[in-house]
Amino acid sequence: MSRKLFLEIAIALFLALAAALVLPRVLALFALINATVFIAMAVLALSLGLIWGFGGILSFGQTAFFGLGGYAYAVAAINFNDSLYAVPIALLVPTLAAAGLGYFMFYGRISDVYVGAITLTVSLILFNFANSTAGEEWRIGEAPLGGFNGIPSTPQLNVPGNPDATLSPQAIFIVAVFALALCYILAKLLLAGRFGRVVVAIRENETRAELLGYDARRYKLGIFSLGGAIAGLAGILFANSVFVSPTMFSLFYSGQLIIWVMVGGRGTLLGPILGAFLVQAITTWAGTEPRLNPNAILGILLMLAVMGMPRGLLPTLRLAWGRRRGVQLA
Amino acid sequence: MDLLVAVALQVMTGIATLFLISLGLAVIFGMMGVINLAHGEFLMLGGYAAILSVRHGINLWVAMFLIAPLAVGLFGLIVERLMIRRLYGQMVETMLATWGLSLALIGIVTMVFGNTVGGFSAPLGSVQVGKFQFSAYSLFLIGAAGLLAVLVWIVLRRTPYGLLARGTMQNAEMAAALGVATERVYAVTFALGAALTGLAGGLLAPLSGVVPTMGTAYIAKAFITVITGGAAMLVGTLSASVLLGAAGVLGTFLTTPVLGEAALLALAIVLVRLLPRGITGRFFQRAL
Repeated sequence: MSRKLFLEIAIALFLALAAALVLPRVLALFALINATVFIAMAVLALSLGLIWGFGGILSFGQTAFFGLGGYAYAVAAINFNDSLYAVPIALLVPTLAAAGLGYFMFYGRISDVYVGAITLTVSLILFNFANSTAGEEWRIGEAPLGGFNGIPSTPQLNVPGNPDATLSPQAIFIVAVFALALCYILAKLLLAGRFGRVVVAIRENETRAELLGYDARRYKLGIFSLGGAIAGLAGILFANSVFVSPTMFSLFYSGQLIIWVMVGGRGTLLGPILGAFLVQAITTWAGTEPRLNPNAILGILLMLAVMGMPRGLLPTLRLAWGRRRGVQLA
Repeated sequence: MDLLVAVALQVMTGIATLFLISLGLAVIFGMMGVINLAHGEFLMLGGYAAILSVRHGINLWVAMFLIAPLAVGLFGLIVERLMIRRLYGQMVETMLATWGLSLALIGIVTMVFGNTVGGFSAPLGSVQVGKFQFSAYSLFLIGAAGLLAVLVWIVLRRTPYGLLARGTMQNAEMAAALGVATERVYAVTFALGAALTGLAGGLLAPLSGVVPTMGTAYIAKAFITVITGGAAMLVGTLSASVLLGAAGVLGTFLTTPVLGEAALLALAIVLVRLLPRGITGRFFQRAL
């Protein structure tokens, strides 16, 4: 492990520890739950940052796996009455869904805008389907799917093996912080290894990577499935701080997600996380101003980002910083 | 028998609607390789242009056939100048920038007109098919879709602009070397696509009503139809509209509207998987 990588992991762990120790003490309950939602969204942004920024796969429907994770968690937690079983199921379902969809797309040699069209379509189908599951006949085991209303009685995480000891919002915030740090560290390690290097090589030039003997389809499938798993984890965190509903699949979220990654910076892991925090803070603020419309702000922000800062915030800052120190960057 | 005619009319209306909402996007994608994700909002602006004109006492047909396409076409010209032109050749960046435009337009129109449904009732009354009533306006829409297809074909095949546009589409560098002002061709093409979209928005306004967020209901379907159709814009969009529109309406008729929509989307996924370059990537390759 290189020294830089070790340092970055140490900083991530330190920041997570600091946030877990300090924020639950100083933030009011409402702000803390909001912060948990922000973190869940940052995990989601990380999943798209990984597959788009490093894998070169632009998924317009990453929320499909986010929603599947949330729904799988809620249904399993209601049925088993213990989140010990619900969490692995909620990670497995979106991973398998991503693997299935990825096999369908990448082994069919579908790329670019067509991947965008298919992922968008899948999330639309799930959105329509989840909206239409109102009524008693739509239930999985004990869990009613609730149609448009979702599942307001989504259970909270509990101490493993002890279903009565559900976690407090403070504890769930701490879980979320460490989940984000863990995903970040795992992604960092993965990208530093052989698998990550091949994935980036395929993003840069798929034909060349294939001529060197790497099966691009397999690597794309791998990174896409991992992205599905991380999006599913974000879904679990979201389900624990709000509750699951069809909006998790909506174009509103998948659109915002792309904006977070775009503003934060593609090709970095920290960028999407910062982008998610920053843009959510701006939209939350715009939502409290009655004269402003959050959509207008988001849209103008995205246009400015694409036209004026196509690399995104973090890479642009890094470049400026490097120039000031006189370092030549390629 | 009556039922059969009624279902057939329903299917044809579904196909015509899909064709109308996709045509402008297809012209822009086929000619320029640009996916305009603000397409749904262009439809919305066309609808608002028509509705506001009608409210100010302008004749309904003038509003739909003249004002809506002119207003949106002009707007398209401005968008091309300020945004699309700077991003030529960068497909993903163009998609993202136009998506930003889409969100901004939704927000701004909501701030100006409020989040309420506006509309005017469909003209022409209804026709009787056996024991089923059918809106005559739907029949008119089918005719309008057919007419537009013919019109676009004539413009591209039989006019000097069409020749320049097709030449630019096939080989922009060669066209430029021969003295074609390709930038101007692109600008006119984008404005034309926007005008077609505005027209579609005006035509659909009486049926769907007009809300700031109406574009989001259309953009995904239009995008998927165009991608399924492939590069040959007219034949591709027509064949994709026929297949997907029929699947959607028949699915709705046999089950529920939600499952009908799902049938449309599922068929699109299968088609893109089987024909990764769209329907016209395999069939009718030399068509327009």
